[in-house]
This record gives sequence, structure tokens and C-alpha cells, in this order.
Amino acid sequence: MFTLLNLTNMITTGIAVLGFIAISAMFLIWWERKVSAHIQTRLGPMRVGWHGILQSVADAIKLLLKEDIRPAGADKLVWWLAPFFVVVPSVMAFATIPFGKTLIPKDLNIGVLYILAVSSVCVLGVFMAGWGSNNKYSLLGGIRAAAQIISYEVPLILSMITVVMYANTLSMQKIVESQSHSWNILHPNLALAGLIYITSATAEVNRAPFDIPEAESELVAGFHTEYSGMKFAMFFIGEYTNLFIISAIATTLFFGGWKGPLLPGVIWFLIKTYSIIYILMWIRWTFPRLRVDQLMGFAWKFLTPISFLNLAIAGWLLL
Amino acid sequence: MPQAPIVTDYSFVGSFFIFGIVFVAAAFIISWMLRPNDPNAVKTAPYECGEIVKGNSRVQFNVSYYLVALLFVIFDIEALFLIPWAVVFRQLGMISYIEMMAFIFILLIGLFYAWKKGIFQWQ
Repeated sequence: MFTLLNLTNMITTGIAVLGFIAISAMFLIWWERKVSAHIQTRLGPMRVGWHGILQSVADAIKLLLKEDIRPAGADKLVWWLAPFFVVVPSVMAFATIPFGKTLIPKDLNIGVLYILAVSSVCVLGVFMAGWGSNNKYSLLGGIRAAAQIISYEVPLILSMITVVMYANTLSMQKIVESQSHSWNILHPNLALAGLIYITSATAEVNRAPFDIPEAESELVAGFHTEYSGMKFAMFFIGEYTNLFIISAIATTLFFGGWKGPLLPGVIWFLIKTYSIIYILMWIRWTFPRLRVDQLMGFAWKFLTPISFLNLAIAGWLLL
Repeated sequence: MPQAPIVTDYSFVGSFFIFGIVFVAAAFIISWMLRPNDPNAVKTAPYECGEIVKGNSRVQFNVSYYLVALLFVIFDIEALFLIPWAVVFRQLGMISYIEMMAFIFILLIGLFYAWKKGIFQWQ
């Protein structure tokens, strides 16, 4: 039944999630800059606040005040709508991420399917940005991004299906419950699925070594070359929110979600999620970039067959 | 009313959709009120490393991208069939497992054919 209580509940959850997204994105941008700096034996931002912790706040204010330049000949509507198509799906994906035992916006009975469906809309926004900008770099970046994201989506979905086969449910909360005794990642079959998941998820969010869509040395910034001001900030927020979401899904599906001794669930969830994010940052600043054909070849010739094989073995063992 | 949970669940999802739009729109409106707006021909020219723009920006691209997209559609639809099967395959038993493996095998032959045809060989 739809009541006033539901409405209040909805609004508080929505505001909490939006606040979390903004703070988490700003924190992750600062953290990424610090991690990259220390890996390259630099210090990174140091001036604004303690070890530059307020740097992202300063950047946000700067971007808010920046002029918004629309390139001549841009496809106006497509160019303008692209940031919505990148950020709105990542906000929607939060609807079923289990932060704790009761701390979940809504435990949908099709949680895994819902997250897959919603988060794959992002590729549309990226391609719209590339097409709408009237810029050769953007178009090439957009097409590369689209091809890469859809190629890695196949092994990503297959590795998630392997977890579903063990848990017998699509609900995120029940998948966490099914890991009461041991984490999924400790099971040999699901460890392989987890490895495939992390690899393809890194490609899904266009991070090195799979960052050809925004390869700075050949494409300037790829699909968001022509964006400035708040629209550019939205692409950044979308990117770091997606980074959080893929790590949160990895935590839920493979690392036991919010389960852990002593500390409350939400703390465990955040520790695990941010540890995975840290590993992804570490990978980004350590490995060189792949070529386009190597990238596609890796998805279709290696990851896809191996995830099918893994799925077949999982089914055989379970029956 | 058995329908009620579905209505509340998905109105919640709908509220997230609205919150997402409000989030982006609010940022745009605040920035629109604060920022300067003074475009000129040089500023709005597409960025090409400072050179004068040459030709149309909607350049031709490699046909392989289309082929990869076609391949994706096939495997994505297959994943659509796999998800409900994965939830209930223990109840369905060995027959359904063999059927699903036959289905996957046929698609893998297709993938192997595309591979041999050289879709993944980029010139």
C-alpha cells in the first residue's frame, strides 16, 4: 500500500543516497590522485586542507562557476542529454545495493538482473556524448567505449550468473545470506568467476589497463573532450559512482557483503568495498594500456569461452 | 492484496529515477545561474589540438565495431535466457542442464565461426 510513511521513507532514502554519491565521488577523486601520486613518488594535492583533502571541494566549486561551452555543430539535444544518461543509471543502481542487514534501499527479488539492466544504460550516455560533440576524438572515444563495454558485458554477466547458480536467487540480500559460512571467493569455481568479474568490471568502467576510450595520449579525453563546467563534472561523478557500484557488487557477490565479526555490517561493507576500489586504483597506475584489437580479442577469445566453461563446470558440480 | 509489494518496490525504484534526474538538473541549474556565458567562434570550435578543423567530424570508422555489436546482441539475449534458468536449474534437474549446454554449445560454434572469419583481426 502506498502511504505517507512510504513517501517519507522514499525521500529520506533518496536524499541519503544522493549525499553519499556526492561525498563518495569527491573522496574517491581525491584518493585516486593521492594513490597515483604516491605510486609515481609524488605527493599529489597538498595545499587545500590536511594533505589536500578539500581539493575535490575546491574543484567542485571551480567547475560550478566555469563557463559551459557548447561546440559549434554539436547535436544539441543528444549532447545535452548525455550527462543524464551517465549519472541517472548509476543513481538508480543504488536502489538495491545492500549496505547492511536492514540498510538496503529496497531488496528487489530480481536485484542482480535489475543492477545489470540499469547499469548497462550508461553505455548509451557515453556513445551519445561521443556522437553529439561534433569532434573526431570524441566520436572515436565514444565508439571504442561502446564496443569495449558491450564486449566485456558478456563475461561480466556470465560470472554473475555463476554466483546465482550457487545462491539460487537473484536477491542481493539473499546472496549475502548464502555466504554465512564462507565467502564465495573461497570456492574454487566462484574464485574464477570473481576473477573474471573483476577483470571485466575494470573494463566496464574504462579504467587502465582497459582505458583506450579515454586514452589521453591518442584521444585527448575521449568522449568527454568537448564537455566543460558542470557537464564535465557529471561525467566524473558518473565514473566514480560506477567504480563504487562495481566494487559494491563484487563485495556482495564474492566477499560476503556486509557480513563480518564484531563491527557493524555497514562498516564491514565499506571496508571491503573501498579495499576493492584501492586494488583497482593500484592496477590502474601500475599496468600499461592495451591496444584496441588486443582488448577485443581478450574479451571474445579468452574471457567469454572461459566463463562459459566455468558456468558449465559449476552446473555439473551442483547437479 | 498480493500486488501491493510490487507496487511499493517499483515506486521506490521510480523514485530513484526521479532523484537521479533532480540531482543532475539541480547541478545544471545552479551552475547556469552562477556561471558566465560569453561564447565566440574560436571558443566553440571543436577541439583539434589547436589546429583549424578539417572536414566533417562524423568520420567513417572500422566495420568491426558493428560486427562486435551484432555478436553482443546474440550473447546478451542468451544471458537473458540463462538468468531465470540459473535460479531454478536445481529443481529442473539434469535434462534442463543438458538442454542449456546444447544451447550454449550452438552459440559457441557461432562465436568460433566469427573468430575464424576474422572479426577480431583489426587492420
